Amino acid sequence: MTINQALVKKVIGATQNGLPICDRPYQRIAEQVGIAEEELIALMQKMRSAGLIRRIGLVPNHYALGYRFNLMTVWDVDDQDILSLGETVGQLDFVSHCYQRPRQEPDWNYNLFAMVHGRNEQEVEQQVAQIKQVLGASCRAMTQLNSLKILKKTGLRIRS
Amino acid sequence: MSRLMKLQQQQIELTEFEKQLINAYQGGFPLTPEPFALVAQTLGVTSQAVQQTLTSLLERGVLTRFGPLYNIEKADGAFSLCALKVPEERFDEVTEQVNSYDEVAHNYQRGHEWNMWFVLATENEQKLLNIFEEIMRVTECPGLNLPKQTEFFVGLKLEA
Repeated sequence: MTINQALVKKVIGATQNGLPICDRPYQRIAEQVGIAEEELIALMQKMRSAGLIRRIGLVPNHYALGYRFNLMTVWDVDDQDILSLGETVGQLDFVSHCYQRPRQEPDWNYNLFAMVHGRNEQEVEQQVAQIKQVLGASCRAMTQLNSLKILKKTGLRIRS
Repeated sequence: MSRLMKLQQQQIELTEFEKQLINAYQGGFPLTPEPFALVAQTLGVTSQAVQQTLTSLLERGVLTRFGPLYNIEKADGAFSLCALKVPEERFDEVTEQVNSYDEVAHNYQRGHEWNMWFVLATENEQKLLNIFEEIMRVTECPGLNLPKQTEFFVGLKLEA
């Protein structure tokens, strides 16, 4: 299954701001890209199978749905346990993003990042406690960084 | 958890149908020629009703996006989460300096001594490193460059 990379870039470019809302949105995108609607649909199916498209759908604004407490939690986890524990933390249903990132000692010793979201303070406190429990003795330290202000949000743009 | 603060954004009132739509289609929007007709059939409404509701949700800021969500890192380029430790009195100035780079996608103020967190997106690793170092030089702030090593989970269904 080969994917035409130049075409993929065009499709990503044409849908950067989302799908048009009309009876045949894929037809509209296909026209912009210069291919047939069925070709576009087949290509997007391939992109989805390859993991390049994570999903197609609606992306809610957390705050508008009442999820006002959005917290980046960071953890200093034993390197030998991080892969298995990261998987477990990532599967908690309130975690939206979960990554291993490098330490930058001595300034930054945290290697596990988990974003959590709740509608009130108690909810996120419980979420943090639950992660703490999952990590157990493998976790040496943690801190949490709440978002105070969005300074810029342009989204990731593909460059060509 | 005294550092938790709410952002100045209001929860928005939603109709039952809007909630239903949001809860059902954060993923799995059909990849077929007439996707709205299919969604309409599933939810027992007209295609027009789905399209109008979706348009309204986007206009009111309940949704930030509608369409395919890309794992852009699989397409091309280099990405990293970076942080700066910015003196309080220089925060606005440094925000302006950092946001002036096209390569800076998201940028958040967070309640922590590392108080500015942004995503850098560039064509390649070398360019990313160059821009990160340039930002540290221009802003005269200590920085962290934390590219992801392992992705455990990305995604989250928020209940409306």
